[in-house]
Amino acid sequence: MLEAMPHRAAIWNFLFGRLTLDSLPFLANNAEGRILLVTLAVVVIIGVAILAAITKARKWGYLWHEWFTSVDHKKLGIMYMILGTVMLLRGFSDAIMMRAQQAYAFGPHMGYLPPQHYDQIFSAHGAIMIFFVGMTYIVGLMNYIMPLQIGSRDVAFPYLNNLSFWFTFGGAILFMVSLFLGDFSMAGWLGYPPVSELQQGPGVDYYIWGLQLSGVGTLLTGINFVVTILKMRAPGMTLMKMPVFTWTTLATSGLIIATFPVLTATLFLLGLDRYVGTHFFTDGFGGNLMMYINLIWIWGHPEVYILILPLFGVFSEIVPTFSGKPLFAYSSMVYATIAIMILSYLVWLHHFFTMGSGADVNSFFSLTTMMIAIPTGVKIFNWLFTMYRGRVRYTVPMLWAMGFLFTFTIGGMTGVMLSVTPADFLLHNSLFLIAHFHNVIIGGVVFGVFAAVNFWFPKAFGFKLDEFWGKATFWFWLVGFWVAFGPLYVLGLMGVTRRLSHFDDPSLQPYFIVAAFGAFLIALGILSFIIQIYVSIRQRKEYAVGGDPWDGRTLEWSTSSPPPEYNYAFIPVVHHRDAWAAMKKFGFTRPRGGYNDIHMPKNTPTGVVIGALAFACAFGLVWYIWWLAALSLLGVIVVSIVHSFDYHQHHHIHADEVRRSESGSNQAAAQGASA
Amino acid sequence: MPVKRLRGLLLIPLLLLGGCNLVLLDPSGDVARQQSDIMIITTLIIALIIVPVLIAIAVVAWRYRASNKQAKYDAEWDHSPQLELWVWAGPLLIIIAVGAVSWIGTHQTDPYRALDRIGSGKPVPADVKPLEVDVVSLRWKWLFLYPQYGIATVNELAAPVDRPIKFKLTGDSMMDSFFVPALVGQVYTMPGMQTILHGVINKPGEYKGFSANYSGAGFTDMRFTFHGLSTRDFDAWVGKVRAAGGDLDLAAYDKLREPSRAAPVQYYAKFDANLYDRVLNMCVRPGEICKSQMMAADAHGGEAMHDMHAHDAMPMTEAPLMPSKPAPAPAASAQ
Repeated sequence: MLEAMPHRAAIWNFLFGRLTLDSLPFLANNAEGRILLVTLAVVVIIGVAILAAITKARKWGYLWHEWFTSVDHKKLGIMYMILGTVMLLRGFSDAIMMRAQQAYAFGPHMGYLPPQHYDQIFSAHGAIMIFFVGMTYIVGLMNYIMPLQIGSRDVAFPYLNNLSFWFTFGGAILFMVSLFLGDFSMAGWLGYPPVSELQQGPGVDYYIWGLQLSGVGTLLTGINFVVTILKMRAPGMTLMKMPVFTWTTLATSGLIIATFPVLTATLFLLGLDRYVGTHFFTDGFGGNLMMYINLIWIWGHPEVYILILPLFGVFSEIVPTFSGKPLFAYSSMVYATIAIMILSYLVWLHHFFTMGSGADVNSFFSLTTMMIAIPTGVKIFNWLFTMYRGRVRYTVPMLWAMGFLFTFTIGGMTGVMLSVTPADFLLHNSLFLIAHFHNVIIGGVVFGVFAAVNFWFPKAFGFKLDEFWGKATFWFWLVGFWVAFGPLYVLGLMGVTRRLSHFDDPSLQPYFIVAAFGAFLIALGILSFIIQIYVSIRQRKEYAVGGDPWDGRTLEWSTSSPPPEYNYAFIPVVHHRDAWAAMKKFGFTRPRGGYNDIHMPKNTPTGVVIGALAFACAFGLVWYIWWLAALSLLGVIVVSIVHSFDYHQHHHIHADEVRRSESGSNQAAAQGASA
Repeated sequence: MPVKRLRGLLLIPLLLLGGCNLVLLDPSGDVARQQSDIMIITTLIIALIIVPVLIAIAVVAWRYRASNKQAKYDAEWDHSPQLELWVWAGPLLIIIAVGAVSWIGTHQTDPYRALDRIGSGKPVPADVKPLEVDVVSLRWKWLFLYPQYGIATVNELAAPVDRPIKFKLTGDSMMDSFFVPALVGQVYTMPGMQTILHGVINKPGEYKGFSANYSGAGFTDMRFTFHGLSTRDFDAWVGKVRAAGGDLDLAAYDKLREPSRAAPVQYYAKFDANLYDRVLNMCVRPGEICKSQMMAADAHGGEAMHDMHAHDAMPMTEAPLMPSKPAPAPAASAQ
């Protein structure tokens, strides 16, 4: 139910809802307040510096016209990747704070974080890493690569794509605002009741509305990608000729469509419980917390496959490219992907074997869970046999692939251990579980994203990333991961549970200190990545490459780097799997004339406007500023309707212009062939 | 016993890691031990495929490095029906084996199943009745009721060695997870619902118990000590609790359940006989309608419920659930 409003004049309550000066935690005179004040100062200084630099360089118009309002899938993909990286820094700061607290808070030392603050940090860490780092990164990758891979000029609904981005962005901003205005949820990354129902204040509401915004964005993206893949493939590209990354994008988007509505509905019901006093998830009055836990995991388990499947696709592109061979057992790979997609719906209960479901139910979910190991194992074997009898070049993307193969395989093994119900009764909620899912999410998703960034960066920007700093990033992450999470496996077997902010037993402390050191190594890995980007931009002339720097196999390597706005002057006709490798083999030459006008979608500010209004609506709901919520919701509806009457959403790129840009790209492509 | 030897094998590398107390690999209660054995056996079965795969990745990665021109290069080789068959069959066979172990183990160590043994080859003696303990997780402490002895404790649990224990568990308002790693795998405690757990401790000693599910700010301190005691020591312990006096009636419980952190151990010589049922049915306070009544009323289309409200004719204390003595309804702490 709604909490009481602060005691002040009614007009203030009307204007500001429950927002008061006390809602500014950085004003508090304690350790938390000071930490937040310093953070706020740093954020403000960096923010002002960036805004000033943009203003000074007169780049606002450029950003607005070329980026914010762009419906180009490539630009949106890059914006997603930037957003993901910024949120990675935020999520990782939370991780470092948790590691520091757990390494220090022993016996008489209570650590530097009181439980209320520590609980917010682990909740924010999990939610941010999954929704705004993992999801943002994979949506960015799929956005950039998939349309190029299928020989398309854009996605099926370009404006919707822009809108999805701004919804996700709005959700991310809402999470960031919670740092300095009010507090954040203390209910864990999944917001289990009763904790999420009982917490007073705006924290859980920030969580709910942040995820609702980004969830809508993700759902629209899923629909967009499925339609794009099914309707917009180049002629000749049958489903079984699609690159595996496109296959995994299709599977992931299918999962998104099927599961994200469940998340939206579940959070909506939680919202009703909190705002209007229904009892869906309370105990008593007919509600039941078990319903929330079932629903959230019916979304939550497919979600982890939504995250990992595109990265399986990434490795299925990288391993063949750098082995100089086609992927081993393409059809097995496709069927394995589909098997994982279907099985992922049937395993949710393994997250709560210990709820007392009875042996038959637990056995069923134990078996379905293990069965996922079969197609996943098939994939590992297929990558192995792709390298077999190949000529493996250990470039930075391939190093990440190797790190993935070792790390993820071990993570898979501990996953099967957890799927064995009797073992899970011992290991559930322990640090062993924490180590396991970081093992697969860092070893799979994060390593995959770094591999993909190093692999496709030259395509997106026309120059390669620096090798030295790329290798430094890799080794810091790989070693850092094992140093940080190896001790957590051991602690788990010692019966230490998760989410503790203080320990009595001093014999555990050395393990936490080692784990904190591992997190420090990972920090160096992130730093190396930022240096890598910086150094590469500085030396971009030296690192410049043509269209096909890696001797690639799929269509995206047949265009120039970066690709023109329209991707392909002529839509390619596909005869083979690994279409570009086949075209190279059969002596394909780029056409040098006969260009036509190209019909392309036009940029639109509607996405930014609706995103901003949706953010305002969510903000109003978090703080009970009802006029703001109502007006901005009305605004969303009106702007959407007005936009639908805009019949001039397309423009033509003239043949002359295409000729000009293509002659440039032909040079670039020729350069690529010799590189 | 082969599992013992295997356990030794597995322990060697882990002991090198720290020589620490890996309680999950060497628990002191028979059920936890069976669960631990299953964990070790399944790990070894999975290792049958994982270890060779890891070695193969390393070997292939090294042998087929680009600089090694000696290695065969076959740019066309991208499928092999026999190999693909094995690629699917290998993991399938391993998972069939692990799945069989899990299926059997899940039923054998089902927390709802009454124990038929107290150790390997040691059936439960015919004359031994399980120790009954009713567990309530509170914010943020544990309440243990011993109906056979009429005593209650907070944040301290004790049981005689080699005597099966039957826990009935519920939560006052939060979802927690009752876990003594040395004794038996964990089970959630949930308000308004009951879970059941069977276990037995085989070695005397002091063991750690805690909540393994986050339940808010005081969760970190939600720990208790579990004492495995000889029969004589257990009787002495019961005597000690009785001697400490104190009566956990409904009013005292209503006070006890106020949120508190790092609550000290408390003993009660007696407790309200209906306490556990009332907590489970969420009607500790006078005037609260018990869940069981509400459900019975709902089953009759809600008519009975309507009457209840209309005439206030059915005082809680005469609820069918609790046929024994009517609880003294203290006036303390109304809403």
